[in-house]
Amino acid sequence: MPSITLKNICKYVCRDVNLEIFDRELLVVLGSNGAGKTTLINIIAGLTDYEGSVLFDNVPVDTLPANRREVGYLFQALVLFPHLDVVANIAYGLSARKWPQNRIESRVHELLELMNIEHLASRYPKQLSGGERQRVALARAIAPSPRVLLLDEPLSSLDAQTAKYLRTELKQLQRRLGITAVYVTHDLMEAIDMADRVAVIHNGHVEQVAEPEKILFYPEGEMVSDFIGAPNILDCDYCQNLGQGIMEITSGGLKLIVPHEGESIHKVAILPRHIYVSETKPPGQGVNGFQGVITEIKYARNTVRIGIAVAENNLVAEIPYHIFEEMNLAVGKEVFLILRMRRIRVYESNIS
Amino acid sequence: MKNVLSKFKPGWGILPIAVFLAIWELVARLDILPGHFFLPPFSTVVAEFYHLSASGVLGENFLSSLVRVLIGFCAGSVAGIVVGTIMGWRTVVNKALNPIISLFYPIPTLGWIPLLMLWIGINEMLPITLIFICSFFPVLYNTVTGIRNVDQDYIKAARTLGASDGKVLATVVMPLALPNIFTGLRLEAGMAWRVIIAAEMVAIPTGIGALLMKAESLIRIDIIIVCLIVLAIMCLAFEKFFEYLEARLTARWR
Repeated sequence: MPSITLKNICKYVCRDVNLEIFDRELLVVLGSNGAGKTTLINIIAGLTDYEGSVLFDNVPVDTLPANRREVGYLFQALVLFPHLDVVANIAYGLSARKWPQNRIESRVHELLELMNIEHLASRYPKQLSGGERQRVALARAIAPSPRVLLLDEPLSSLDAQTAKYLRTELKQLQRRLGITAVYVTHDLMEAIDMADRVAVIHNGHVEQVAEPEKILFYPEGEMVSDFIGAPNILDCDYCQNLGQGIMEITSGGLKLIVPHEGESIHKVAILPRHIYVSETKPPGQGVNGFQGVITEIKYARNTVRIGIAVAENNLVAEIPYHIFEEMNLAVGKEVFLILRMRRIRVYESNIS
Repeated sequence: MKNVLSKFKPGWGILPIAVFLAIWELVARLDILPGHFFLPPFSTVVAEFYHLSASGVLGENFLSSLVRVLIGFCAGSVAGIVVGTIMGWRTVVNKALNPIISLFYPIPTLGWIPLLMLWIGINEMLPITLIFICSFFPVLYNTVTGIRNVDQDYIKAARTLGASDGKVLATVVMPLALPNIFTGLRLEAGMAWRVIIAAEMVAIPTGIGALLMKAESLIRIDIIIVCLIVLAIMCLAFEKFFEYLEARLTARWR
């Protein structure tokens, strides 16, 4: 419900944007601040004027105002109406669409249950926590059963733990509702965790649209590669399923434990910022922990990228500048590193 | 225990007033101040209050002032809210009317008296028109500000939820602008009484202001003080009424 097509869209920074969002898919629009992500979903929602054409199921909706496009919009600031309690907030879209009172009541009840927020029914937004607000805002957005769900960095104001939990919930909910969704974020890991496909956007231009793994393992062009942080990509020589969602792989003499449930692994990727570097041997089991020699030190804006030769591989780690300053690192020095297991992404061999 | 204490808390406000009245009574009775005949004791003022009330003079004048204030204030506020809403909601209207209103707003209300005396004449419409002007502009400005300050995201959210323009205005924008509108109403409710008294003192032969002027010419300080007390109570009561109404309507969510 339905596919969305953007044809030659121009507005602000966006120039000639062409994009197709498939029926029932969750497309993540990924880009840095000012790339035109929010502009793009405002255009789909009809909240701003634009040049070009937006089609839902190949039918142009350009002349439809926002209140008749049947989209659900989860705003970055959530914007729950502060003067209405939770029930009234959720019911707002239903009464706006003139549903009969008894249907409104049963639909609100259904959503309170679905989102596990029955106990919040009579509270006002100021009495809710960040996560609770997020659930109420989502319930309000999906209450009128919109055809399209647009999400503008809705988790950015939450702590990492709550955001992670809600991310999974959001994805499950989108699947269950079978709704076409466009999710805007600047967070690569969020995009990879959630997306069916990712559209990387830079300066109002769509640079690449592909499955998350493809973006990570086969970035098209320098911009995409730079944006995703030039991950370390390792070819997998051998792999073995250890059960419980864990696999062991060997790559260029390194034995790695990676989170994956599947037959085989073709490649694995880890972002430089997800590699810990230490001068002394870290305590613990030493899972995914290795010893290497620094081959290169490169200064970036606020970070330092360190090339490290480990067995037959050359890995790049990235550490914040202020931490680098406290350490005593130099080319030729031996260091210890840990590849954070949960941050390793895998690419199955059946995709090429 | 805490509840009981907080219940009694407002009662403490009476204490300073009681002390003040006691000192007043004492100073007046002991003839301490030079020109003491210009300060009747509080008890004399109370006696005069009773006398004026019993004879109906105070009630009659008070009623004249009250009716003028109510009519002028209600009409001015309603007009201010309606015009302010249209200006706040429609940028074109705001751009068209704002320069004109900016020109009229700074004129002190009492400055209109000579012009209105000639245009309207000395009748009931004069003080009512003055109160109308006194209420209209500030309420209008606060309404425009309130509406224009509503976060655009609320409006966008309501639109994507299917609300028409009218519904957005009535169910999102107006409620969120209420605190600002009430600020205007509260300030002007007290101001209306100040203006009516001035108008009655200058131009109208009835009402509390006129009674004040008559008392002055008869050097009846006790009557002057009775009128001032009535005036103070009414200003306070009007302001408190709107404070209460605002709290009732917005305290739950603010």
